[in-house]
Amino acid sequence: MNRNLILGAALTSVFLLAALISFVWTPYDYAGLDIANKLHSPSLAHPMGTDHFGRDILSMIMVGARTSIAVALVAVGIGMGAGVPLGLWAAARRGSLVDEIIMRGNDLVFAFPAIVIAILITAVFGAGAINAIIAIGIFNIPVFARITRGAALSLWQREFILAARVAGKSAARISAEHILPNVANLLIVQGTIQFSLGILAEAGLSYVGLGAQPPVPSWGRMLADAQTMVSIAPHMAMMPGFAIILTVLGLNLMGDGLRDMLDPRLRVART
Amino acid sequence: MLRYALKRFLSLLISLAVASLVIFVVIEVAPGDPASFMLGLNAQPETLAALRSELGLDQSRPERYLEWVGGMLQGDFGTSYTYRTPVTEMIGDRLWVSVPLALYALTLSVVVAFPAGIYAASRRGRAGDIGVMGATQLGVAVPNFWFAMILVLIFSINLRWFSAGGFVGWDKGLFAGLHALTLPAIALALPQAAILARVMRSALLDVMGEDFMRTARAKGLTARQALWRHGLRNALIPVLTIIGLQFSFLLAGSIIIEQVFYLPGLGRLVFQSISARDLIVVESVVMLLVFSVILVNFLVDLAYAAVDPRLRART
Repeated sequence: MNRNLILGAALTSVFLLAALISFVWTPYDYAGLDIANKLHSPSLAHPMGTDHFGRDILSMIMVGARTSIAVALVAVGIGMGAGVPLGLWAAARRGSLVDEIIMRGNDLVFAFPAIVIAILITAVFGAGAINAIIAIGIFNIPVFARITRGAALSLWQREFILAARVAGKSAARISAEHILPNVANLLIVQGTIQFSLGILAEAGLSYVGLGAQPPVPSWGRMLADAQTMVSIAPHMAMMPGFAIILTVLGLNLMGDGLRDMLDPRLRVART
Repeated sequence: MLRYALKRFLSLLISLAVASLVIFVVIEVAPGDPASFMLGLNAQPETLAALRSELGLDQSRPERYLEWVGGMLQGDFGTSYTYRTPVTEMIGDRLWVSVPLALYALTLSVVVAFPAGIYAASRRGRAGDIGVMGATQLGVAVPNFWFAMILVLIFSINLRWFSAGGFVGWDKGLFAGLHALTLPAIALALPQAAILARVMRSALLDVMGEDFMRTARAKGLTARQALWRHGLRNALIPVLTIIGLQFSFLLAGSIIIEQVFYLPGLGRLVFQSISARDLIVVESVVMLLVFSVILVNFLVDLAYAAVDPRLRART
Protein backbone atom coordinates (compact mmCIF):
# COMPACT_ATOMS: atom_id res chain seq x y z
CA MET A 1 0.00 0.00 0.00
CA ASN A 2 1.38 3.40 -0.75
CA ARG A 3 1.23 6.53 1.34
CA ASN A 4 -0.83 8.57 -1.13
CA LEU A 5 -3.53 5.95 -1.22
CA ILE A 6 -3.76 5.67 2.57
CA LEU A 7 -3.81 9.42 3.18
CA GLY A 8 -6.24 9.99 0.31
CA ALA A 9 -8.56 7.22 1.39
CA ALA A 10 -8.49 8.49 4.97
CA LEU A 11 -9.41 12.06 3.95
CA THR A 12 -12.13 10.85 1.62
CA SER A 13 -13.61 8.52 4.26
CA VAL A 14 -13.86 11.39 6.75
CA PHE A 15 -16.18 13.27 4.41
CA LEU A 16 -18.07 10.19 3.31
CA LEU A 17 -18.66 9.36 6.96
CA ALA A 18 -19.70 12.92 7.75
CA ALA A 19 -22.20 12.76 4.91
CA LEU A 20 -23.56 9.40 6.04
CA ILE A 21 -23.78 10.39 9.71
CA SER A 22 -25.62 13.58 8.75
CA PHE A 23 -28.59 11.44 7.69
CA VAL A 24 -29.16 10.35 11.29
CA TRP A 25 -27.38 12.97 13.39
CA THR A 26 -25.95 16.46 13.19
CA PRO A 27 -24.79 18.52 16.20
CA TYR A 28 -27.59 21.02 15.56
CA ASP A 29 -30.47 21.34 13.15
CA TYR A 30 -28.69 22.55 10.01
CA ALA A 31 -31.59 24.80 9.11
CA GLY A 32 -32.29 25.97 12.66
CA LEU A 33 -32.01 29.76 12.94
CA ASP A 34 -30.54 31.14 16.17
CA ILE A 35 -30.05 34.85 15.57
CA ALA A 36 -28.86 35.44 19.14
CA ASN A 37 -25.81 33.28 18.41
CA LYS A 38 -25.00 34.58 14.93
CA LEU A 39 -21.46 34.93 13.55
CA HIS A 40 -19.82 33.16 16.51
CA SER A 41 -16.22 32.16 15.95
CA PRO A 42 -15.37 28.49 16.42
CA SER A 43 -15.90 27.40 20.03
CA LEU A 44 -16.59 24.25 22.02
CA ALA A 45 -20.33 24.61 21.49
CA HIS A 46 -19.90 25.29 17.76
CA PRO A 47 -16.58 23.75 16.64
CA MET A 48 -16.75 25.57 13.28
CA GLY A 49 -18.68 28.62 14.48
CA THR A 50 -22.06 29.90 13.34
CA ASP A 51 -23.18 31.81 10.25
CA HIS A 52 -25.09 35.08 9.89
CA PHE A 53 -28.35 33.34 10.86
CA GLY A 54 -26.77 31.59 13.83
CA ARG A 55 -26.84 28.23 12.04
CA ASP A 56 -24.18 25.73 13.12
CA ILE A 57 -21.54 25.58 10.38
CA LEU A 58 -20.36 22.06 11.25
CA SER A 59 -23.90 20.74 10.79
CA MET A 60 -24.23 22.57 7.49
CA ILE A 61 -20.91 21.20 6.27
CA MET A 62 -21.97 17.66 7.16
CA VAL A 63 -25.22 18.00 5.23
CA GLY A 64 -23.42 19.92 2.46
CA ALA A 65 -21.06 16.96 2.06
CA ARG A 66 -24.15 14.95 1.15
CA THR A 67 -25.02 17.37 -1.67
CA SER A 68 -21.47 17.58 -3.02
CA ILE A 69 -20.87 13.85 -2.93
CA ALA A 70 -24.27 12.99 -4.39
CA VAL A 71 -23.96 15.47 -7.26
CA ALA A 72 -20.39 14.47 -8.12
CA LEU A 73 -21.10 10.74 -7.80
CA VAL A 74 -24.18 10.77 -10.03
CA ALA A 75 -22.36 12.99 -12.54
CA VAL A 76 -19.49 10.49 -12.73
CA GLY A 77 -22.10 7.74 -13.10
CA ILE A 78 -23.65 9.55 -16.07
CA GLY A 79 -20.23 10.13 -17.62
CA MET A 80 -19.21 6.47 -17.22
CA GLY A 81 -22.62 5.08 -18.11
CA ALA A 82 -22.68 6.87 -21.45
CA GLY A 83 -18.97 7.40 -22.12
CA VAL A 84 -17.65 3.87 -21.56
CA PRO A 85 -20.06 2.09 -23.96
CA LEU A 86 -19.46 4.81 -26.56
CA GLY A 87 -15.70 4.42 -26.20
CA LEU A 88 -15.95 0.61 -26.44
CA TRP A 89 -18.17 0.88 -29.49
CA ALA A 90 -15.84 3.35 -31.23
CA ALA A 91 -12.83 1.11 -30.55
CA ALA A 92 -14.60 -2.01 -31.80
CA ARG A 93 -15.47 -0.23 -35.06
CA ARG A 94 -12.14 1.57 -35.34
CA GLY A 95 -11.85 3.81 -38.38
CA SER A 96 -15.50 3.36 -39.35
CA LEU A 97 -18.14 6.05 -39.66
CA VAL A 98 -19.44 5.20 -36.18
CA ASP A 99 -15.99 5.77 -34.71
CA GLU A 100 -15.70 9.08 -36.53
CA ILE A 101 -19.14 10.27 -35.42
CA ILE A 102 -18.53 9.30 -31.79
CA MET A 103 -15.15 10.99 -31.67
CA ARG A 104 -16.32 14.19 -33.39
CA GLY A 105 -19.32 14.24 -31.05
CA ASN A 106 -16.86 14.02 -28.18
CA ASP A 107 -14.88 16.94 -29.52
CA LEU A 108 -18.09 18.92 -29.74
CA VAL A 109 -19.08 18.24 -26.13
CA PHE A 110 -15.55 19.14 -25.07
CA ALA A 111 -16.16 22.61 -26.48
CA PHE A 112 -18.90 23.14 -23.88
CA PRO A 113 -17.30 23.64 -20.45
CA ALA A 114 -19.53 22.38 -17.60
CA ILE A 115 -20.44 25.92 -16.59
CA VAL A 116 -21.58 26.72 -20.13
CA ILE A 117 -23.78 23.61 -20.19
CA ALA A 118 -25.12 24.64 -16.78
CA ILE A 119 -25.84 28.15 -18.06
CA LEU A 120 -27.78 26.75 -21.00
CA ILE A 121 -29.76 24.32 -18.85
CA THR A 122 -30.48 26.99 -16.26
CA ALA A 123 -31.62 29.46 -18.89
CA VAL A 124 -34.18 26.90 -19.98
CA PHE A 125 -35.23 24.95 -16.90
CA GLY A 126 -34.09 27.15 -14.01
CA ALA A 127 -31.39 26.44 -11.43
CA GLY A 128 -31.19 23.33 -9.27
CA ALA A 129 -29.01 20.46 -8.06
CA ILE A 130 -30.40 18.15 -10.76
CA ASN A 131 -29.31 20.56 -13.48
CA ALA A 132 -25.84 20.75 -11.96
CA ILE A 133 -25.70 16.94 -12.07
CA ILE A 134 -26.74 16.88 -15.72
CA ALA A 135 -24.26 19.61 -16.68
CA ILE A 136 -21.30 17.95 -14.95
CA GLY A 137 -22.45 14.54 -16.17
CA ILE A 138 -22.59 15.60 -19.82
CA PHE A 139 -19.17 17.17 -19.45
CA ASN A 140 -17.85 13.82 -18.16
CA ILE A 141 -19.08 11.73 -21.09
CA PRO A 142 -16.30 12.57 -23.59
CA VAL A 143 -13.66 12.18 -20.88
CA PHE A 144 -14.65 8.55 -20.31
CA ALA A 145 -15.35 7.86 -23.98
CA ARG A 146 -11.86 8.99 -24.99
CA ILE A 147 -10.00 7.17 -22.29
CA THR A 148 -11.96 3.96 -22.90
CA ARG A 149 -11.44 4.12 -26.65
CA GLY A 150 -7.73 4.82 -26.29
CA ALA A 151 -7.14 1.88 -23.98
CA ALA A 152 -9.46 -0.43 -25.90
CA LEU A 153 -7.74 0.28 -29.23
CA SER A 154 -4.45 -1.16 -28.03
CA LEU A 155 -6.19 -4.15 -26.46
CA TRP A 156 -7.83 -5.03 -29.79
CA GLN A 157 -4.34 -5.69 -31.17
CA ARG A 158 -3.54 -8.31 -28.55
CA GLU A 159 -3.44 -12.08 -29.09
CA PHE A 160 -6.09 -12.97 -26.57
CA ILE A 161 -8.59 -10.79 -28.39
CA LEU A 162 -7.62 -12.42 -31.65
CA ALA A 163 -8.23 -15.78 -29.99
CA ALA A 164 -11.68 -14.62 -28.89
CA ARG A 165 -12.46 -13.50 -32.43
CA VAL A 166 -11.30 -16.82 -33.84
CA ALA A 167 -13.60 -18.50 -31.35
CA GLY A 168 -16.44 -16.67 -33.05
CA LYS A 169 -17.36 -14.13 -30.39
CA SER A 170 -19.10 -10.97 -31.56
CA ALA A 171 -17.48 -7.57 -31.16
CA ALA A 172 -20.04 -6.62 -28.53
CA ARG A 173 -19.32 -9.76 -26.52
CA ILE A 174 -15.57 -9.30 -26.78
CA SER A 175 -15.96 -5.68 -25.62
CA ALA A 176 -18.00 -6.71 -22.61
CA GLU A 177 -16.12 -9.87 -21.64
CA HIS A 178 -12.51 -9.06 -22.50
CA ILE A 179 -11.99 -5.36 -23.15
CA LEU A 180 -14.06 -3.90 -20.32
CA PRO A 181 -12.41 -5.90 -17.49
CA ASN A 182 -9.01 -4.87 -18.84
CA VAL A 183 -9.79 -1.15 -18.90
CA ALA A 184 -11.60 -1.23 -15.53
CA ASN A 185 -8.50 -0.17 -13.58
CA LEU A 186 -8.01 2.83 -15.76
CA LEU A 187 -11.66 3.77 -15.38
CA ILE A 188 -11.49 3.51 -11.60
CA VAL A 189 -8.53 5.90 -11.51
CA GLN A 190 -10.17 8.33 -13.92
CA GLY A 191 -13.43 8.02 -12.01
CA THR A 192 -11.70 9.18 -8.83
CA ILE A 193 -10.24 12.19 -10.62
CA GLN A 194 -13.57 13.12 -12.24
CA PHE A 195 -15.23 12.72 -8.85
CA SER A 196 -12.92 15.35 -7.38
CA LEU A 197 -13.43 17.64 -10.39
CA GLY A 198 -17.17 17.12 -9.95
CA ILE A 199 -16.99 18.32 -6.36
CA LEU A 200 -15.12 21.46 -7.48
CA ALA A 201 -17.59 22.03 -10.30
CA GLU A 202 -20.60 21.56 -8.03
CA ALA A 203 -19.17 24.06 -5.57
CA GLY A 204 -18.57 26.58 -8.36
CA LEU A 205 -22.04 26.17 -9.84
CA SER A 206 -23.74 26.45 -6.45
CA TYR A 207 -21.61 29.48 -5.67
CA VAL A 208 -22.91 31.38 -8.70
CA GLY A 209 -26.45 30.17 -8.02
CA LEU A 210 -26.71 27.56 -10.77
CA GLY A 211 -26.56 24.56 -8.44
CA ALA A 212 -28.35 23.45 -5.29
CA GLN A 213 -31.03 25.90 -4.17
CA PRO A 214 -31.99 26.86 -0.61
CA PRO A 215 -32.78 25.31 1.79
CA VAL A 216 -30.50 22.45 0.63
CA PRO A 217 -27.09 23.27 2.14
CA SER A 218 -24.17 23.07 -0.22
CA TRP A 219 -20.53 24.07 0.21
CA GLY A 220 -20.63 26.39 -2.78
CA ARG A 221 -23.68 28.27 -1.51
CA MET A 222 -22.18 28.55 1.97
CA LEU A 223 -19.25 30.32 0.32
CA ALA A 224 -21.59 32.63 -1.57
CA ASP A 225 -23.23 33.56 1.76
CA ALA A 226 -19.82 34.02 3.33
CA GLN A 227 -18.60 36.43 0.68
CA THR A 228 -20.29 39.52 2.08
CA MET A 229 -19.30 38.55 5.63
CA VAL A 230 -15.68 37.72 4.91
CA SER A 231 -14.29 40.78 6.72
CA ILE A 232 -16.27 40.26 9.93
CA ALA A 233 -16.59 36.48 9.99
CA PRO A 234 -13.74 34.90 8.00
CA HIS A 235 -14.52 31.48 9.50
CA MET A 236 -17.70 31.40 7.42
CA ALA A 237 -15.52 31.30 4.31
CA MET A 238 -12.69 29.21 5.75
CA MET A 239 -14.67 26.20 6.92
CA PRO A 240 -16.51 25.28 3.70
CA GLY A 241 -13.34 26.13 1.76
CA PHE A 242 -11.28 23.71 3.83
CA ALA A 243 -13.97 21.07 3.42
CA ILE A 244 -13.77 21.36 -0.38
CA ILE A 245 -9.97 21.45 -0.45
CA LEU A 246 -9.54 18.44 1.83
CA THR A 247 -12.12 16.35 -0.02
CA VAL A 248 -10.65 17.16 -3.43
CA LEU A 249 -7.11 16.64 -2.14
CA GLY A 250 -8.14 13.29 -0.65
CA LEU A 251 -9.70 12.10 -3.89
CA ASN A 252 -6.72 13.25 -5.97
CA LEU A 253 -4.25 11.51 -3.67
CA MET A 254 -6.40 8.41 -3.79
CA GLY A 255 -6.45 8.58 -7.59
CA ASP A 256 -2.65 8.86 -7.72
CA GLY A 257 -2.27 6.04 -5.25
CA LEU A 258 -4.70 3.80 -7.12
CA ARG A 259 -2.90 4.47 -10.37
CA ASP A 260 0.42 3.45 -8.84
CA MET A 261 -1.15 0.33 -7.36
CA LEU A 262 -3.24 -0.76 -10.35
CA ASP A 263 -0.87 0.02 -13.20
CA PRO A 264 1.57 -2.88 -13.39
CA ARG A 265 3.98 -0.91 -15.56
CA LEU A 266 4.47 1.71 -12.86
CA ARG A 267 5.00 -1.01 -10.29
CA VAL A 268 7.80 -2.55 -12.35
CA ALA A 269 9.34 0.85 -13.00
CA ARG A 270 9.55 1.61 -9.30
CA THR A 271 11.22 -1.59 -8.18
CA MET B 1 0.58 20.63 -44.17
CA LEU B 2 -1.93 22.50 -46.32
CA ARG B 3 -4.08 19.40 -46.72
CA TYR B 4 -4.01 18.80 -43.01
CA ALA B 5 -4.92 22.42 -42.29
CA LEU B 6 -7.82 22.29 -44.74
CA LYS B 7 -9.10 19.07 -43.24
CA ARG B 8 -8.97 20.52 -39.73
CA PHE B 9 -10.62 23.71 -40.95
CA LEU B 10 -13.48 21.74 -42.46
CA SER B 11 -13.99 19.92 -39.20
CA LEU B 12 -13.90 23.29 -37.40
CA LEU B 13 -16.73 24.54 -39.61
CA ILE B 14 -18.80 21.40 -39.02
CA SER B 15 -18.23 21.66 -35.25
CA LEU B 16 -19.34 25.28 -35.26
CA ALA B 17 -22.44 24.50 -37.32
CA VAL B 18 -23.47 21.63 -35.04
CA ALA B 19 -22.69 23.63 -31.89
CA SER B 20 -24.79 26.56 -33.06
CA LEU B 21 -27.66 24.20 -33.88
CA VAL B 22 -27.48 22.59 -30.43
CA ILE B 23 -27.46 25.96 -28.68
CA PHE B 24 -30.34 27.26 -30.79
CA VAL B 25 -32.49 24.18 -30.19
CA VAL B 26 -31.84 24.20 -26.44
CA ILE B 27 -32.76 27.87 -26.14
CA GLU B 28 -35.82 27.31 -28.35
CA VAL B 29 -37.33 24.76 -25.98
CA ALA B 30 -37.11 27.29 -23.15
CA PRO B 31 -40.58 27.89 -21.78
CA GLY B 32 -42.08 31.36 -22.00
CA ASP B 33 -42.33 33.92 -24.73
CA PRO B 34 -39.71 36.69 -24.50
CA ALA B 35 -42.17 39.25 -25.83
CA SER B 36 -44.80 38.59 -23.15
CA PHE B 37 -42.04 38.47 -20.53
CA MET B 38 -40.86 41.93 -21.60
CA LEU B 39 -44.31 43.50 -21.71
CA GLY B 40 -45.68 41.89 -18.57
CA LEU B 41 -48.98 40.16 -17.88
CA ASN B 42 -51.29 43.01 -18.88
CA ALA B 43 -49.95 43.53 -22.40
CA GLN B 44 -52.43 44.14 -25.20
CA PRO B 45 -52.46 41.37 -27.83
CA GLU B 46 -51.73 43.94 -30.56
CA THR B 47 -48.68 45.34 -28.75
CA LEU B 48 -47.51 41.81 -28.13
CA ALA B 49 -47.87 40.87 -31.79
CA ALA B 50 -46.06 44.04 -32.86
CA LEU B 51 -43.16 43.33 -30.53
CA ARG B 52 -43.04 39.70 -31.59
CA SER B 53 -42.70 40.73 -35.20
CA GLU B 54 -40.14 43.39 -34.28
CA LEU B 55 -38.03 40.76 -32.53
CA GLY B 56 -38.54 38.36 -35.39
CA LEU B 57 -40.36 35.88 -33.14
CA ASP B 58 -43.20 35.41 -35.63
CA GLN B 59 -40.94 33.69 -38.12
CA SER B 60 -40.55 29.93 -38.34
CA ARG B 61 -37.76 28.26 -36.40
CA PRO B 62 -35.55 27.35 -39.37
CA GLU B 63 -35.86 30.92 -40.61
CA ARG B 64 -34.85 32.30 -37.25
CA TYR B 65 -31.92 29.91 -36.98
CA LEU B 66 -30.60 30.93 -40.39
CA GLU B 67 -31.11 34.58 -39.57
CA TRP B 68 -29.24 34.18 -36.27
CA VAL B 69 -26.31 32.34 -37.85
CA GLY B 70 -26.24 34.67 -40.86
CA GLY B 71 -26.24 37.67 -38.57
CA MET B 72 -23.40 36.27 -36.47
CA LEU B 73 -21.31 35.71 -39.56
CA GLN B 74 -21.62 39.44 -40.22
CA GLY B 75 -20.93 40.30 -36.60
CA ASP B 76 -24.58 41.00 -35.80
CA PHE B 77 -25.81 39.05 -32.77
CA GLY B 78 -29.30 40.56 -32.78
CA THR B 79 -30.94 42.95 -30.32
CA SER B 80 -31.19 42.40 -26.59
CA TYR B 81 -34.78 41.82 -25.45
CA THR B 82 -34.32 43.78 -22.24
CA TYR B 83 -31.92 46.58 -23.10
CA ARG B 84 -33.03 47.04 -26.72
CA THR B 85 -29.37 47.55 -27.67
CA PRO B 86 -27.39 45.48 -30.17
CA VAL B 87 -26.00 42.37 -28.47
CA THR B 88 -22.76 42.86 -30.39
CA GLU B 89 -22.16 46.15 -28.56
CA MET B 90 -22.99 44.64 -25.17
CA ILE B 91 -20.64 41.72 -25.76
CA GLY B 92 -17.95 43.99 -27.19
CA ASP B 93 -17.86 46.09 -24.03
CA ARG B 94 -17.62 43.01 -21.81
CA LEU B 95 -14.91 41.40 -23.91
CA TRP B 96 -12.60 44.22 -22.90
CA VAL B 97 -12.73 42.83 -19.38
CA SER B 98 -12.98 39.08 -19.94
CA VAL B 99 -10.31 38.63 -22.61
CA PRO B 100 -7.59 40.69 -20.85
CA LEU B 101 -8.44 38.83 -17.63
CA ALA B 102 -8.04 35.43 -19.30
CA LEU B 103 -4.78 36.48 -21.00
CA TYR B 104 -3.43 38.00 -17.79
CA ALA B 105 -4.22 34.78 -15.92
CA LEU B 106 -2.68 32.65 -18.67
CA THR B 107 0.50 34.74 -18.57
CA LEU B 108 0.73 34.46 -14.78
CA SER B 109 0.13 30.75 -14.95
CA VAL B 110 2.91 30.24 -17.51
CA VAL B 111 5.31 32.53 -15.64
CA VAL B 112 4.82 30.54 -12.44
CA ALA B 113 4.44 27.05 -13.89
CA PHE B 114 7.42 26.94 -16.24
CA PRO B 115 10.13 27.66 -13.66
CA ALA B 116 8.35 25.50 -11.08
CA GLY B 117 8.08 22.55 -13.46
CA ILE B 118 11.65 22.90 -14.71
CA TYR B 119 12.97 23.22 -11.18
CA ALA B 120 11.05 20.14 -10.00
CA ALA B 121 12.21 18.07 -12.98
CA SER B 122 15.85 19.05 -12.43
CA ARG B 123 15.57 18.10 -8.75
CA ARG B 124 13.69 14.88 -9.35
CA GLY B 125 13.02 12.92 -6.16
CA ARG B 126 14.75 15.49 -3.97
CA ALA B 127 13.22 17.86 -1.45
CA GLY B 128 12.70 20.64 -4.00
CA ASP B 129 10.75 18.33 -6.29
CA ILE B 130 8.61 16.96 -3.47
CA GLY B 131 7.91 20.49 -2.25
CA VAL B 132 6.81 21.74 -5.66
CA MET B 133 4.69 18.66 -6.30
CA GLY B 134 3.02 18.98 -2.91
CA ALA B 135 2.23 22.62 -3.63
CA THR B 136 0.71 21.73 -7.00
CA GLN B 137 -1.40 18.99 -5.40
CA LEU B 138 -2.83 21.68 -3.13
CA GLY B 139 -3.15 24.18 -5.97
CA VAL B 140 -5.31 21.79 -7.96
CA ALA B 141 -7.59 21.18 -4.98
CA VAL B 142 -8.29 24.82 -4.15
CA PRO B 143 -11.49 26.19 -5.72
CA ASN B 144 -10.43 29.40 -7.46
CA PHE B 145 -13.42 31.44 -6.28
CA TRP B 146 -12.61 30.54 -2.68
CA PHE B 147 -8.99 31.50 -3.22
CA ALA B 148 -10.28 34.77 -4.67
CA MET B 149 -12.18 35.49 -1.46
CA ILE B 150 -9.09 34.81 0.61
CA LEU B 151 -7.05 37.15 -1.62
CA VAL B 152 -9.68 39.85 -1.09
CA LEU B 153 -9.56 39.27 2.66
CA ILE B 154 -5.77 39.61 2.78
CA PHE B 155 -4.91 42.14 0.07
CA SER B 156 -8.03 44.28 -0.09
CA ILE B 157 -9.53 44.28 3.38
CA ASN B 158 -6.44 43.90 5.56
CA LEU B 159 -3.57 45.35 3.52
CA ARG B 160 -5.68 47.64 1.30
CA TRP B 161 -3.35 47.15 -1.67
CA PHE B 162 -6.12 46.34 -4.15
CA SER B 163 -9.80 47.19 -4.39
CA ALA B 164 -12.13 44.37 -3.45
CA GLY B 165 -14.03 44.48 -6.71
CA GLY B 166 -15.28 46.42 -9.68
CA PHE B 167 -13.37 47.58 -12.71
CA VAL B 168 -12.15 51.13 -13.29
CA GLY B 169 -12.08 50.86 -17.07
CA TRP B 170 -9.15 51.02 -19.46
CA ASP B 171 -9.58 54.77 -20.01
CA LYS B 172 -8.03 55.27 -16.56
CA GLY B 173 -4.81 53.89 -18.03
CA LEU B 174 -3.23 50.53 -18.58
CA PHE B 175 -1.78 50.33 -15.09
CA ALA B 176 -5.07 51.08 -13.34
CA GLY B 177 -6.82 48.49 -15.47
CA LEU B 178 -4.22 45.80 -14.84
CA HIS B 179 -4.17 46.69 -11.16
CA ALA B 180 -7.92 46.05 -10.92
CA LEU B 181 -7.54 42.71 -12.70
CA THR B 182 -4.54 41.49 -10.69
CA LEU B 183 -6.33 39.68 -7.85
CA PRO B 184 -8.87 38.05 -10.19
CA ALA B 185 -6.06 36.95 -12.50
CA ILE B 186 -4.07 35.45 -9.63
CA ALA B 187 -7.12 33.55 -8.41
CA LEU B 188 -7.84 32.30 -11.91
CA ALA B 189 -4.22 31.35 -12.58
CA LEU B 190 -3.59 29.29 -9.43
CA PRO B 191 -5.17 25.94 -10.38
CA GLN B 192 -4.01 26.31 -14.00
CA ALA B 193 -0.45 27.00 -12.91
CA ALA B 194 -0.51 23.91 -10.68
CA ILE B 195 -1.67 21.69 -13.54
CA LEU B 196 0.78 23.25 -15.98
CA ALA B 197 3.73 22.82 -13.62
CA ARG B 198 2.91 19.13 -13.25
CA VAL B 199 2.68 18.69 -17.03
CA MET B 200 5.92 20.60 -17.55
CA ARG B 201 7.71 18.42 -15.02
CA SER B 202 6.52 15.10 -16.42
CA ALA B 203 7.15 16.20 -20.03
CA LEU B 204 10.70 17.16 -19.11
CA LEU B 205 11.28 13.90 -17.25
CA ASP B 206 10.07 11.97 -20.32
CA VAL B 207 12.41 13.92 -22.56
CA MET B 208 15.37 13.47 -20.23
CA GLY B 209 15.22 9.72 -20.79
CA GLU B 210 15.56 10.12 -24.55
CA ASP B 211 18.63 9.08 -26.53
CA PHE B 212 19.27 12.55 -27.92
CA MET B 213 19.67 13.85 -24.38
CA ARG B 214 22.32 11.25 -23.71
CA THR B 215 23.99 12.21 -26.96
CA ALA B 216 23.94 15.85 -25.91
CA ARG B 217 25.59 14.93 -22.61
CA ALA B 218 28.11 12.72 -24.43
CA LYS B 219 28.99 15.69 -26.62
CA GLY B 220 30.13 17.38 -23.46
CA LEU B 221 27.15 19.55 -22.54
CA THR B 222 26.43 19.87 -18.86
CA ALA B 223 23.08 18.59 -17.60
CA ARG B 224 21.86 22.17 -17.41
CA GLN B 225 22.96 23.02 -20.97
CA ALA B 226 21.36 19.86 -22.34
CA LEU B 227 18.14 20.66 -20.51
CA TRP B 228 17.94 24.20 -21.84
CA ARG B 229 19.08 23.54 -25.39
CA HIS B 230 17.40 20.23 -26.19
CA GLY B 231 15.14 19.15 -23.36
CA LEU B 232 12.94 22.18 -23.01
CA ARG B 233 12.20 22.54 -26.70
CA ASN B 234 11.04 18.95 -26.99
CA ALA B 235 9.04 19.05 -23.78
CA LEU B 236 7.06 22.03 -25.04
CA ILE B 237 4.77 19.96 -27.29
CA PRO B 238 2.60 18.38 -24.57
CA VAL B 239 2.79 21.62 -22.59
CA LEU B 240 1.42 23.57 -25.55
CA THR B 241 -1.54 21.20 -25.83
CA ILE B 242 -2.41 21.64 -22.18
CA ILE B 243 -2.20 25.42 -22.48
CA GLY B 244 -4.67 25.19 -25.35
CA LEU B 245 -7.01 22.99 -23.36
CA GLN B 246 -6.70 25.26 -20.36
CA PHE B 247 -8.10 28.14 -22.31
CA SER B 248 -11.59 26.71 -22.02
CA PHE B 249 -11.11 26.28 -18.27
CA LEU B 250 -9.87 29.86 -18.02
CA LEU B 251 -12.96 31.16 -19.79
CA ALA B 252 -15.24 29.02 -17.67
CA GLY B 253 -13.35 30.04 -14.56
CA SER B 254 -13.54 33.72 -15.41
CA ILE B 255 -17.34 33.47 -15.53
CA ILE B 256 -17.25 32.48 -11.84
CA ILE B 257 -14.36 34.74 -10.80
CA GLU B 258 -16.14 37.77 -12.26
CA GLN B 259 -18.90 37.14 -9.74
CA VAL B 260 -16.46 37.33 -6.84
CA PHE B 261 -14.97 40.64 -7.97
CA TYR B 262 -18.12 42.17 -9.49
CA LEU B 263 -16.26 42.54 -12.79
CA PRO B 264 -18.40 43.67 -15.73
CA GLY B 265 -17.32 40.83 -18.01
CA LEU B 266 -19.10 38.20 -20.07
CA GLY B 267 -19.88 36.15 -16.98
CA ARG B 268 -21.88 38.87 -15.31
CA LEU B 269 -23.60 39.66 -18.59
CA VAL B 270 -24.74 36.08 -18.95
CA PHE B 271 -26.08 35.86 -15.39
CA GLN B 272 -27.93 39.15 -15.70
CA SER B 273 -29.40 37.91 -18.96
CA ILE B 274 -30.50 34.62 -17.41
CA SER B 275 -32.38 36.38 -14.64
CA ALA B 276 -33.91 38.85 -17.10
CA ARG B 277 -34.74 35.93 -19.46
CA ASP B 278 -32.87 37.81 -22.17
CA LEU B 279 -32.29 34.57 -24.02
CA ILE B 280 -30.82 36.06 -27.17
CA VAL B 281 -27.93 37.42 -25.09
CA VAL B 282 -27.47 34.06 -23.33
CA GLU B 283 -27.54 32.31 -26.70
CA SER B 284 -24.95 34.65 -28.20
CA VAL B 285 -22.56 34.64 -25.24
CA VAL B 286 -22.66 30.85 -25.06
CA MET B 287 -22.01 30.62 -28.80
CA LEU B 288 -19.10 33.00 -28.45
CA LEU B 289 -17.57 30.97 -25.60
CA VAL B 290 -17.97 27.71 -27.50
CA PHE B 291 -16.59 29.31 -30.66
CA SER B 292 -13.48 30.48 -28.85
CA VAL B 293 -12.85 27.03 -27.37
CA ILE B 294 -13.24 25.35 -30.76
CA LEU B 295 -11.04 27.98 -32.41
CA VAL B 296 -8.27 27.67 -29.83
CA ASN B 297 -8.27 23.88 -30.17
CA PHE B 298 -8.02 24.28 -33.93
CA LEU B 299 -5.06 26.64 -33.58
CA VAL B 300 -3.35 24.29 -31.13
CA ASP B 301 -3.80 21.42 -33.57
CA LEU B 302 -2.20 23.49 -36.31
CA ALA B 303 0.66 24.60 -34.08
CA TYR B 304 1.12 21.00 -33.09
CA ALA B 305 1.37 19.86 -36.69
CA ALA B 306 3.77 22.69 -37.51
CA VAL B 307 6.06 21.59 -34.67
CA ASP B 308 5.75 17.84 -35.16
CA PRO B 309 5.79 16.67 -38.80
CA ARG B 310 4.75 13.13 -37.82
CA LEU B 311 1.26 14.37 -36.98
CA ARG B 312 0.81 15.74 -40.46
CA ALA B 313 1.84 12.48 -42.04
CA ARG B 314 -0.58 10.45 -39.94
CA THR B 315 -3.74 12.02 -41.29
